[in-house]
Amino acid sequence: MTNENLIHYIHGIADNSMILGQRISELCGHGPTLETDIALTNIALDLLGQTRSYYQYVAELSPKDITEDDVAFLRKEREYKNVLLVEQPNTDFAYVIVRQYFFDVFHYLLLKELEKSKNVNFQAIAKKSLKEVSYHKRFSGDWLKRLGDGTDESKQKTQQAVNDLWVFTDELFHMTKDDQVVADAGFGVDNSTLKSEYYTMVKSLLKECKLQIPEVKYFQKGGKKGIHSEHMGYILSDMQFMQRTYPDMKW
Amino acid sequence: MTEDVYIEAELLSILKSVPDPEIPVLSIIDLGVVRSAYLKGKDVFVEITPTYSGCPAMDVIGDDIKTELKKHGYIPKVKLILSPAWTTDWMTDEGKQALRDYGIAPPMDATSDKEALLGNKRVISCPQCESKNTRLVSQFGSTACKAMFKCEDCEETFDYFKCLT
Repeated sequence: MTNENLIHYIHGIADNSMILGQRISELCGHGPTLETDIALTNIALDLLGQTRSYYQYVAELSPKDITEDDVAFLRKEREYKNVLLVEQPNTDFAYVIVRQYFFDVFHYLLLKELEKSKNVNFQAIAKKSLKEVSYHKRFSGDWLKRLGDGTDESKQKTQQAVNDLWVFTDELFHMTKDDQVVADAGFGVDNSTLKSEYYTMVKSLLKECKLQIPEVKYFQKGGKKGIHSEHMGYILSDMQFMQRTYPDMKW
Repeated sequence: MTEDVYIEAELLSILKSVPDPEIPVLSIIDLGVVRSAYLKGKDVFVEITPTYSGCPAMDVIGDDIKTELKKHGYIPKVKLILSPAWTTDWMTDEGKQALRDYGIAPPMDATSDKEALLGNKRVISCPQCESKNTRLVSQFGSTACKAMFKCEDCEETFDYFKCLT
């Protein structure tokens, strides 16, 4: 296992948190109620904090003299390795919650395994993050129940979000070559082993919410290889604006 | 504060004077974020750990520690560490009392915390009137480390410092 394998593996985990954090932070000041606004902003902050720990580690491993900011603000779209799910837009509150729940369950299962990594940095970040993600999962799961088992309108909108976002769930369990190398070395997690528990958990909550489980023949993929949906460019142009406009600016 | 924390005696009172920037009634020692403070001549090495990964107060805390130590003639170095991960168990009893006096309900034990945040049981006491007739408003409050509750008796809303173990 080379440092390059390890860096690519970290991007695969950290970019999910970075992009989802950026997505949810768009809702700061625009949440449907004050409480949900604050909650989502808090979740965004947790994800951003976790990302910083991973990116600082990337900067340490990198042969170049870089900082966490270079990793976040100077990479191009193709160099981002997040899954397609996290870059999907905040269409409405139902989408926000369903996207969050689909990701939180995966994130929770991933961190529970990463905590056992042979790599001390991964252990530390995973232990810390797991505490936070347990709260995220509780928040999105509770809201999913309220929306799915709520009014006719909330149910219909939530079902629509579930139907539209379900196609992005399978990619969470894909393994790149780097992922496999790092997992085989006992540093990383083999995501494919999380799949059955993931679907058991998600499907059981959907049933509890009286929502239909979509049947999908073809799942969407590409993000993990850097092939993103059209939304990704807009996210990065927002996120990287300052650094691209005023190169090397410092806060 | 736990036994595995080493803080040089002559540094303790200085560090105790540094408040948490978001909850100024708590010192960083009461909060349990200082994990070690060693002295080597005039050089001081302090390790701090964040309450939450994204806690924006950490940079400020680091700067405040440096400022305070410099005032006393030390040359400080502050390092952020993630492991072992911070838990509310590290908060001192004085810290918990200070929170209560300030109007924030201090963290309960893990089991009660779960019951409270799932809305199953009413176990969180209102810091204003001590009534347990309180309900969860939101799992996230003004900062990531707090949840929002409302007292059904005195009708005040208040923050509850979430348990993190």
